[in-house]
Amino acid sequence: MDTMIKTPVADSAPRIARERPLKIKARNVDVYYGEKHAINDLSIDIPDSAVSAFIGPSGCGKSTFLRSINRMNDTIPSCRVTGNIEIDGRDIYDRGLDVVQLRARIGMVFQKPNPFPKSIYENVAYGPRIHGFAKNKTDLEEIVVTSLKKAGLFEEVKDRLDHSGTSLSGGQQQRLCIARAIAVNPEVILMDEPCSALDPIATARIEELIDELRQNFCIVIVTHSMQQAARVSQLTAFFHLGNLVEVGDTDDIFTAPKDKRTQDYITGRFG
Amino acid sequence: MTDTAISAAPRRASDNSALVAKRYRSERRFKLYGIAAIAVTAVFLVLLFADILVKGLPAFFEHRMTLPVSVSQEAIDPQNSKDPKVIRTGDFDGPIREAFRAMFPDVTSRGDRKKLLGLLSSGAADDFRAMVVNNPSLIGTDAKVPVLLSDDADQYLKGRQTGVEKIQGQGTIAASADGEKFKLMTDKTPVLTAGDIVRLNGGAFRVVSADNGAYVAEQVLAPKSLDPANAGAWDIVRFTVTEHNRRIDDQEALWLEQLKEKGVAENGVAWRFFSSGDSREPELAGIRGALTGSILTLLVTLFLCLPIGVAAAIYLEEFAPKNRLTQLIEVNINNLAAVPSIVFGLLGLAMFLNFFGLPRSAPLVGGLVLALLVLPTIIIASRAALRAVPPSIKEAALGVGASHQQAIFHHVLPLAMPGIMTGTIIGMAHALGETAPLLMIGMVAFIVDVPGGFTDAATALPIQIYLWSDLPEIAFQSKTAGAIIVLLVFLFVMNAAAILLRKRFERRW
Amino acid sequence: MSGTYFALMAVLVVAAFILGAQRARGVRGDRAGMLHSLPAYHGLYIAAAVLTAMMAIFVVGAPLASHYVVSQGLGAFDPSEVAEQLHRDAALRDIQNLIAGIYQGEPSDKLKAAAAAYSSASSLVFWGLNILGVLAGAAVIFWGLGRITPELRARNQFERFVKYVLLACSGVAVLTTIGIVLSVVFEAMHFFSKVSPIDFLFGLQWSPQTAMRADQVGSSGAFGIVPLIAGTLLITVIAMLVAGPLGLFSAIYMAEYATPRIRSVVKPILEILAGIPTVVLGFFAALTVAPLIRGWGQSLGLDVASESALAAGLVMGMMIIPFVSSLSDDVINAVPQSLRDGSYAMGATKSETIKKVVLPAALPGIVSAFMLAISRAVGETMIVVMAAGLAANLTFNPLAAVTTVTVQIKTLLVGDQEFDSAKTLSAFALGLVLFFFTLALNYIALKIVQKYREQYD
Repeated sequence: MDTMIKTPVADSAPRIARERPLKIKARNVDVYYGEKHAINDLSIDIPDSAVSAFIGPSGCGKSTFLRSINRMNDTIPSCRVTGNIEIDGRDIYDRGLDVVQLRARIGMVFQKPNPFPKSIYENVAYGPRIHGFAKNKTDLEEIVVTSLKKAGLFEEVKDRLDHSGTSLSGGQQQRLCIARAIAVNPEVILMDEPCSALDPIATARIEELIDELRQNFCIVIVTHSMQQAARVSQLTAFFHLGNLVEVGDTDDIFTAPKDKRTQDYITGRFG
Repeated sequence: MTDTAISAAPRRASDNSALVAKRYRSERRFKLYGIAAIAVTAVFLVLLFADILVKGLPAFFEHRMTLPVSVSQEAIDPQNSKDPKVIRTGDFDGPIREAFRAMFPDVTSRGDRKKLLGLLSSGAADDFRAMVVNNPSLIGTDAKVPVLLSDDADQYLKGRQTGVEKIQGQGTIAASADGEKFKLMTDKTPVLTAGDIVRLNGGAFRVVSADNGAYVAEQVLAPKSLDPANAGAWDIVRFTVTEHNRRIDDQEALWLEQLKEKGVAENGVAWRFFSSGDSREPELAGIRGALTGSILTLLVTLFLCLPIGVAAAIYLEEFAPKNRLTQLIEVNINNLAAVPSIVFGLLGLAMFLNFFGLPRSAPLVGGLVLALLVLPTIIIASRAALRAVPPSIKEAALGVGASHQQAIFHHVLPLAMPGIMTGTIIGMAHALGETAPLLMIGMVAFIVDVPGGFTDAATALPIQIYLWSDLPEIAFQSKTAGAIIVLLVFLFVMNAAAILLRKRFERRW
Repeated sequence: MSGTYFALMAVLVVAAFILGAQRARGVRGDRAGMLHSLPAYHGLYIAAAVLTAMMAIFVVGAPLASHYVVSQGLGAFDPSEVAEQLHRDAALRDIQNLIAGIYQGEPSDKLKAAAAAYSSASSLVFWGLNILGVLAGAAVIFWGLGRITPELRARNQFERFVKYVLLACSGVAVLTTIGIVLSVVFEAMHFFSKVSPIDFLFGLQWSPQTAMRADQVGSSGAFGIVPLIAGTLLITVIAMLVAGPLGLFSAIYMAEYATPRIRSVVKPILEILAGIPTVVLGFFAALTVAPLIRGWGQSLGLDVASESALAAGLVMGMMIIPFVSSLSDDVINAVPQSLRDGSYAMGATKSETIKKVVLPAALPGIVSAFMLAISRAVGETMIVVMAAGLAANLTFNPLAAVTTVTVQIKTLLVGDQEFDSAKTLSAFALGLVLFFFTLALNYIALKIVQKYREQYD
């Protein structure tokens, strides 16, 4: 990781951003869906080895921005992204960049668990296989086991790796999706409301997992739940109507928000 | 609004119970129309199937006799060479005729004998030949040989020419020559009417006129003697269809009745209906050639339209940019699905035959034309199947860094496959029943041989149905309906497979 | 010739794949993940390149080659002898038969010379094309193997190739339409150079069976399409009189009254009816319905033709019931429930709601369903071929025999035909009329449905 670019960060920047190396840098990003202006002139720095949370009311653009980071928005024909997003100093909208390789470096976990309707093993093995990470079967098996262990799922499924991924419970499915994402050894993991379809116990397990994973990954999580943001993240960004209203250390945002809208939101005036 | 309207008591619907009753009657009537419409359709369907079954089931059976035939060394293999080539050239016709004539020793006149032999199928000798060639040890022995009857004889025995009523004779009957004619006299009350046939002493007389106990009759079969016959020794045969309205005359009919009574003629399953090609003789004609032609044609169709259809569907559903070209292709596919099939035949004729010089009547060209015909169906079905796979699966694959094509080919397409297969089977069933375009490209010739390849001249099952339906013999009418039954069974099996596939792999997301 | 070529091509494509994948594995060595694309993609990339190159050579080379062979073979004859297409075909057939050893009779010296030239040219071409193809394939493999580096975006390249293949496949539908239009229009133009379009469109007499050779003055056939249109219309009207009410009422019952259980019984009945091949219905019409109608007619003292329009029309009506009912069913279901609720709330009965609210709202959709059904009926061939007549009578008597456009196309083109006679070509003119008529009906119907759907979306 010695290629990491350390941009000098202003003193006004959040503490966490000063302590950790910079991973994702976005400048003047605008996103349009056809005529609709979904994100308006957004700039943010996201640090490595930390959890950053995007919060805000529905339709505020937080998911849209998340999907711009791994260019999932490319799959929507009417979507247009302008501005600059860099990961480790490399523009991800650069024409020479292979979007497939970009997505291999940025894992994603979706709102609803979406395991492939294949075996648990195949679910995790798919990514390493298409990227040619494993030279043989033993290699591949090792990757699968390690990923499942990191996702805290291995103990529960070790006897039934050949069962369908869809036969698992919702929380297990979501951890399988996390295992699938970390199997390709990404640098960043994007999570789009990963717990919104889960019960509180499963949610708690995922949150624990996120906390463990942040040692090795840059994690960005979109969440509806302010409590969740407060529990798992170090950096919090508040979105409102396509604007990034405020970014700060999670503790600061929840205790001393600078913006009126942020305050209204976290105190439950709207949402 | 006048004052009176305002001051009048407000009207309520319940005030007029007669109107309400009328409205309910109208309601019931309306509902009844719907039920009636469905009932008419259902009745039509039932009638159609019943008609085809009644007409077609006899086509799966044939009448044959098992005759003792002496397989003579001289006639078949004089040098005892045991060489199939030599045996094949032997005389097989003679022994069969001999054996058949032996059944009717009383038939002596030249004309009658010729007529008698006309009851045999012209293919009987070929069957016998095949039997001996396959089993040369029969030569020099007396073999039991199954001998096929002609189509008219077969139809008669199946009861499709006329109904037959047999009445035991009551009392004594006596016949006496009266010039050309004969006089019949019974001691009982008259039971005979004109047209009835009286059988006695191995002979038969047709009543010409009935006049109070004295009947004038003409001879149909010569009797052994003119002695009077007692009750039980004679009988009356009455045909429900008059002689000139059927293809088997009274004489032939009586011979066939004799065969039946002797228990020689038996009704067996006509395997040759499935094992032989077309023929001018209805009793020899089968559907194997047409069925093979259909299968070859459908293979070409499937081989072409499944990959092309699925590829087109994938492109349109996943990769096509939203522009005018894509829109043009989509409108095109929708409209192509409704172009009359005969127009595809014109395309085949003008393009494939005249321009590209592909062979006429070939399954290759038939398959090509049908592939273009069912392509829109398959594209539309495949697109629906691809659309039914939830986008989250694709996103999951993209999320771990699969390329768009990897996501489609590794995940979406396999999940859409049952739907695509269902659509394909239904498309193939459609192609199997399609007739008009194949007529245009000349798959309509009279082809006896079973086609051996994709460029051989061939016909197809629906075409065979069309060709046979045009022929005058009643036996061909029955063959037509028989071929229709086979076609419908194939369609039924294909559709059942499609439904099963849909049920089996239906996935709720 | 093409068999050998394609076999060679298959071998080279497989070889390219194996070699490419192997080379990529060699380049990768022990360091997994250092290649941009998986080794298999490198193999596919080179295989696709080989396939493209060799197909291109075949597509360009094969027609040239066959042209060369034919011209060599015909070169042995006097140019005047083979000036006409018919003679050329005959000469070629003779040459091919002689080479195959099935020539009947004693070949002339000229024919022998032609056959010799033909066969030497075809063996030259055979070897030439195959060698050229193999060389090109090998060259592409060689070039491709040299290009394999860890940075080569083999997957992206191969996926671009796949995308073009997919695009080409969806182009087949467009090509089909173009092919139909070209073949029909081209031959129809030929026809109109012999017969004036005015006579064709407005002539009241149709008798193309008359010989139409230039030397037979005075026996020119008549090519007036009006009796055919009238016959087609008559049968279509009868069919719609059957299918319209029956289809519409079944659709109303199915959409508004039927319980799910009844639906699950009735729907398959309609689907079965839709799936019956028309040749089967034609058989039923010709051999069961027509004699039945004739019998009834005669018992009433009416003169019924044995191939009456009524029999064909009735059975065709049954055939299109499923079209009318399933399309109408769809549009009735698309009428929003809120409209019905409004009517019920005012105390209307179900049938009143249907008649006054649902059907008017669904009218455009129903109209387009009827249009699609009419286009089916007009284009249907087998029922009318088997049950309607051949005589082009200009009559609207349903008990008389009439003929239709499709019957005439079939009659004119099935069997032996000389391809240049006005008689044969007239079938294509009929095809042109049929194609554009049904296309117009469909296009308008689909547009109406689309508009209708958008209204309630």
